[in-house]
Amino acid sequence: MTIAAPTTIRPLQRGFRGRRVTGRGALVVLVVVVLLLVTALYPFNDLYTLLLTQAASFAVAALGLVILIGYSGQISLAQAVFFGIGAYALAIGVTTVHLEFWVAAVAGIALAALLGLLLGLVSLKVSGLHYLALVTIGVQTIFELWLLNQVNVTQGPQGIVNIPRAPLPGLSLDGDQAYLVFCLCLLCVLGSLVWWIGRMRIGRAMRAVRENPLAAEVIGIPTYRVKVEAFVLSAVFGAVGGILYTGAYAFISPDDFDLNHSIIFLLLTVLGGSGSVFGVTLGAVLVVFLPEWLEFLQNTYMAVYGLALILLMIAMPTGIWGGLRLIVGHWIKPARPPLPAVPPLTFRAPASKSEVMLAVRSLSMYFGGVKAVDGVDMEVRRGQVHALVGPNGSGKTTLLNVITGIYEPTAGDVLLDDRSITGLRPHVIASRGVSRTFQLIRLLRSESVLENVMVGAQVGRWAEQAHGGLTAQAMAALELVGLSSIAYEDAKNLPYGHQRLVEIARALASMPSLLLLDEPAAGLNDAEKQHLVELIARLRSESLTVVLIEHDMEIVRSVSDAVTVLNFGKAIAEGTCESILRERAVQEAYMGVVDVVA
Amino acid sequence: MSEVGQLLVAGIAIGSVYALVALGFVLIYRATNVVNFAQGDLAMLGAYALLVTLTVFHLPFWLAGLVSLGVMAVVGILFGLGLYYPLRNRGFMPIIVATIGASVLFENGIVAGFGASPHVVTGMFGTGSFHIGSVFVNDQYALLVGILVVVTAFQFWFFEGTLLGKKMQAVSQDKQMALLLGIPVGLMIVITFSYSTALAGLAGVLVSPVLFVSAGLGSGITMNAFAATVIGGFGDVTGAIVGGLVLGLVDTFGGAYISFTYEQGFGMAVVILFLLFRPQGLFGERVAEKA
Repeated sequence: MTIAAPTTIRPLQRGFRGRRVTGRGALVVLVVVVLLLVTALYPFNDLYTLLLTQAASFAVAALGLVILIGYSGQISLAQAVFFGIGAYALAIGVTTVHLEFWVAAVAGIALAALLGLLLGLVSLKVSGLHYLALVTIGVQTIFELWLLNQVNVTQGPQGIVNIPRAPLPGLSLDGDQAYLVFCLCLLCVLGSLVWWIGRMRIGRAMRAVRENPLAAEVIGIPTYRVKVEAFVLSAVFGAVGGILYTGAYAFISPDDFDLNHSIIFLLLTVLGGSGSVFGVTLGAVLVVFLPEWLEFLQNTYMAVYGLALILLMIAMPTGIWGGLRLIVGHWIKPARPPLPAVPPLTFRAPASKSEVMLAVRSLSMYFGGVKAVDGVDMEVRRGQVHALVGPNGSGKTTLLNVITGIYEPTAGDVLLDDRSITGLRPHVIASRGVSRTFQLIRLLRSESVLENVMVGAQVGRWAEQAHGGLTAQAMAALELVGLSSIAYEDAKNLPYGHQRLVEIARALASMPSLLLLDEPAAGLNDAEKQHLVELIARLRSESLTVVLIEHDMEIVRSVSDAVTVLNFGKAIAEGTCESILRERAVQEAYMGVVDVVA
Repeated sequence: MSEVGQLLVAGIAIGSVYALVALGFVLIYRATNVVNFAQGDLAMLGAYALLVTLTVFHLPFWLAGLVSLGVMAVVGILFGLGLYYPLRNRGFMPIIVATIGASVLFENGIVAGFGASPHVVTGMFGTGSFHIGSVFVNDQYALLVGILVVVTAFQFWFFEGTLLGKKMQAVSQDKQMALLLGIPVGLMIVITFSYSTALAGLAGVLVSPVLFVSAGLGSGITMNAFAATVIGGFGDVTGAIVGGLVLGLVDTFGGAYISFTYEQGFGMAVVILFLLFRPQGLFGERVAEKA
């Protein structure tokens, strides 16, 4: 049985004029190969060859920022540090310590990764405040001081000369143009890698962290780890870029790795288009060649770069590549692969475990003097729909936030299947099979409906299921809520009621054993409410355990097996819907009771 | 002993500069959620405004200082309108990048206009000084600390005791609610930018006789102001002042006893320690995002 959506759902038609074209990917590969051949054969003058090589090395370093800024939404002002670590480790390793080239290169990359890991662990723990930008400025400053002053290691302001190029078996890179082609080939390989990372689970997790960190964490993405991974990757790409850079001029000095260069990396990333491999390549070419072309600017070009950063953010936040894509995309759209037609997601009756699935034991959550939750006991039985009702401010959402690990309780215990989950990180609790929706919808707004639900699918224990692949899993969840026909729409373009359903589908796609719904009917019209009631009833018939916060007593009455009433943070009644409505305390809390004087 | 006292005085004086800049930084952060990477450069602009009024218009120091504050208040309005206003609904990333751009623009614009070499500014008291016991106190240091005390008192009176201050607080708590109450939110934010920039300018004016005036002054101050807010508790007004003073002392003592070359690095080390062990800072509360 598939539940029909209340209103007919069909793809939104918004001024669609272009054609969907297959084989864009093949076209892109063709263009890249032609460009490579041209650079290999065209007789550039020496200066342009070196500048192009420099641009290629900058682009490789900026690929790291595609991952960090574009995918994950974190800002670093120390990309020149990692660039410098790669370059100096190679230069010092080969010229002073007399290591093999590749050994020194690997050492440089490892050093950068290690520093990235340490910095990331320190500064990415607190989310939302962008400490990373601050800490990286500090690191940049210290690195500059170190390069200039540690003369016995770095040779100070003089810099290091006669750095050899990569030795390749059977190939000589002594010619500048040969080295340029080598750098470009490496850029292509690494660029493809970054593009591929963006399409993998880790890339989707990064975008979820960028779009909505709290939702990502609660869905089950270890946001802290994902951010640290993004930063380590960006450090590694920075170091590889730095190693390539040493070969361009065979000379490096501290000036090449100062704060200005970190800002140039940031600029070229947002100038080109921070989410895009092609964008940063374009940006790298521009920032390397602009000072040559705009010689009349002389010493003011850094000021112009600063102004450019501001104007870009105001006028073209997606960068040049983003703008181009918008124009081209208006006429030629990428082909959308046909989506699998799958039966709606089903939940199996769980293997018999203890009857009580979720137990809350004298749980308290105080905010300063405010007792939002005050000694609540509650038991949710397996396979039941358990409603949580109470006036506004009675602590329902706070209770949910404690259960899902967003808050650490002041006192008390939360048990899932008789195991304590108190104080665990939200993504760990999610991995135990607890999934939720939010009172204020938290979708990844600029992603498609399908991508939103795939985030849920990829963190779930879906492998146990019969459904094949993430896409199929997500489509099955969308089929269940009745939205599979609009899988490709952007989440932000959907009407409110559908956004609620997408959030539910995302929660279901992870195959939870316990689903927490926070006021899912708020703002829905009557038809949509009816659809929701049918959906919950169906989930119940498949033995999924549901905790439902709801104000609409009609909905509570029609779907719930048990009800807990909260008031001022205390559980004042528990029982079936009929029985609790007869209780005096509940009547007082909801309607106030007039004492009748006999 | 007198050496320690000497460093104490210098540390508190330079800490007062960080505190003033951090204060402006925090006010902007509270009102708009913008982390302003150009805050230190605004202080640097204040120092250059002083330099111009002193050397080009030959005003006496106190008048030049006041004119510079006025100029910076206007710069603050332009900064708010030109940078925050167009980006206010775009989320966190674009505006942070734009303030980084503003920082680069200010610093290198000054280099282009005035050259990279530092300028010397003589303070209001020349090279006057006095003694407390065996400790020698530069008059300019005393002025710095005195003004920090006055600003702190003014700030407290303004936000707690005036209607305008209350309105600005309302805006920083909840813009939607403030708008519904009839408070002109846009105007309040512009005033915040103006006041915060003037505070930064004040720091620049006061510090210019102590340090050399150069374009590179800004980024160092920005970093220290940031560090001060992390130490004090991000977004906390008292924390910004205390954090600034703590940082001034750490920098000064670290520079004297550990390594002068890496003086700028000590603040960073303290920040990293705080991020590791007390990320909410001295005065901040541990708050979680509301779901």
